[in-house]
Amino acid sequence: MADPRLARPLVRLDKVDKRFASGVLALAGLDLAIGQHEFLTLLGPSGCGKSTALRLIAGLGDPTGGRIEWPDPEAHTRRDIGFVFQEPTLMPWATVFDNVYLPLRLQRVGRKQAERDVTAAIAMVGLEGFARAYPRELSGGMKMRVSIARALVTRPRLLLMDEPFAALDEITRFKLNNDVMELWRSQSWTVVFVTHSVFESVYLSSRIVVMAPRPGRIVAEHRIDAAYPRDEEFRTSTVYNEYCRTISRSLARAMQEQPA
Amino acid sequence: MSDAAPSRERSERMLRIARVVLPSAIALASLVAWEAVVRVNAIPHYILPGPLMIAKTLWTDWGTLQPALLVTLRITFLALAVAVVGGFALAVLFAQSEWIELSFFPYAVILQVTPIIAIAPLILIYVDNTHVAILICAWIVAFFPILSNTTLGLHSADHNLVNLFQLYGASRWQVLRYLRIPAAMPYFLGGLRIAGGLSLIGSVVAEFAAGTAGQGSGLAFRILESGYRLNIPRMFAALALISFTGILIFVLFTAISHLALRRWHESAVKREN
Ligand SMILES: Nc1ncnc2c1ncn2[C@@H]1O[C@H](COP(=O)(O)OP(=O)(O)O)[C@@H](O)[C@H]1O
Ligand SMILES: [Mg+2]
Repeated sequence: MADPRLARPLVRLDKVDKRFASGVLALAGLDLAIGQHEFLTLLGPSGCGKSTALRLIAGLGDPTGGRIEWPDPEAHTRRDIGFVFQEPTLMPWATVFDNVYLPLRLQRVGRKQAERDVTAAIAMVGLEGFARAYPRELSGGMKMRVSIARALVTRPRLLLMDEPFAALDEITRFKLNNDVMELWRSQSWTVVFVTHSVFESVYLSSRIVVMAPRPGRIVAEHRIDAAYPRDEEFRTSTVYNEYCRTISRSLARAMQEQPA
Repeated sequence: MSDAAPSRERSERMLRIARVVLPSAIALASLVAWEAVVRVNAIPHYILPGPLMIAKTLWTDWGTLQPALLVTLRITFLALAVAVVGGFALAVLFAQSEWIELSFFPYAVILQVTPIIAIAPLILIYVDNTHVAILICAWIVAFFPILSNTTLGLHSADHNLVNLFQLYGASRWQVLRYLRIPAAMPYFLGGLRIAGGLSLIGSVVAEFAAGTAGQGSGLAFRILESGYRLNIPRMFAALALISFTGILIFVLFTAISHLALRRWHESAVKREN
């Protein structure tokens, strides 16, 4: 646990509770520090509060208990967070360009000034030539790429991804896994990634946090020390399989946890 | 399946042609049959005029009918325009404040569910200018579909998109301008199509209610007047013009809706399978 990156984390959740008006206690006493440049995955069964945690970090809603701290006040401006939802969540009436331009437009950046950044973001996710296309003309994977381009157009320090590839086929998912990992390595981002796939979490993460449901809390934590870049060779290696087995067991235990 | 594509293309073209040709053929056949029945049975034109007779009346009475048509068109479109502006503005206001919506929506519903024919005589009493009174009646019926559809549309924006706007610190105005209004467009245009037809109905009904007492000179009044004089061919001619106006409104707003949505909305997009 003596990770130097966690000594001065980007964001720290301190005994965070979240109880919804309906009475559901979605999170209870969540302690989590997210270090600079980590690829952190929240892994857990459906309903354990992963999305809730991510939304709290993004500032969408307030915790009902505990605190969320940003040690470096510089880091906590709106343009420093990118969010990718499980669904592409694009505006169907807007072109790819306009969808990616949205965050800048909302920050009142003129179309002309934004053009270079928007074009660069579109290129970064490999969609050159599709700027003028409408979402309905794109495949599921391409829509997800647009969604990622929109999240990174503001060059955020922190990218929050909520099961972004859960609805995609495996081939597309592998491809996007590689692309996101590559972008993460080259852009000095911090990523918090939510998934319920053990394999995806091991492949991508530098650290995995396992959560248990009712109420949502952290029950285990694993470091994945395999070197980057990771590729298909890693996916078929014994090390990878070892990690997957360990994490699977950890997840199975989490699901048997008695309510705290 | 290599030859499936061209044959499908051909069948699609046939379908497009059929969509125009079949209804036209049926219309033509009915008109011919109508004319034949009238002639064979020697039905007098003050009981049932044939289509040729009606066409002739349209031509000979155009001097009386044309100003009436213009009056009806003007009232219909003016009422519609006011309904669009008012309905849209009120829907936007509702979207800004739940309290305002809670307070006023029931009254909009009451206005809608009370038959216009029952309110029209009152309006005609209280409003001195018959034209304005008729305009108000047409407006009342056209207003509600715009209001309710737009309100529904403004609420229909994807909640994740709403969150995204929130994440980037969007102002109320930005949420409205870039998210809620575009999302409401298909609903609004649907409301517009309904309101267009209702506006015509409203203006015709109100004119009937105004009856001979007013100095109205729209198409509905011409129908009443021709009825009193047993000028049945002119009644039919005025009726044909009202139908024509209705069709015009329908086609116009269908086209507008299609043009506005064709790039993105399922209702206007033709999907290839
Ligand atoms: N807006 C909400 N209102 C009430 N309950 C909610 C809301 N969002 C989530 N919940 C509840 O909180 C719990 C955690 O949900 P969520 O964070 O979506 O889990 P996960 O993303 O891990 O599947 C669930 O029991 C869910 O029903
Ligand atoms: Mg979730």
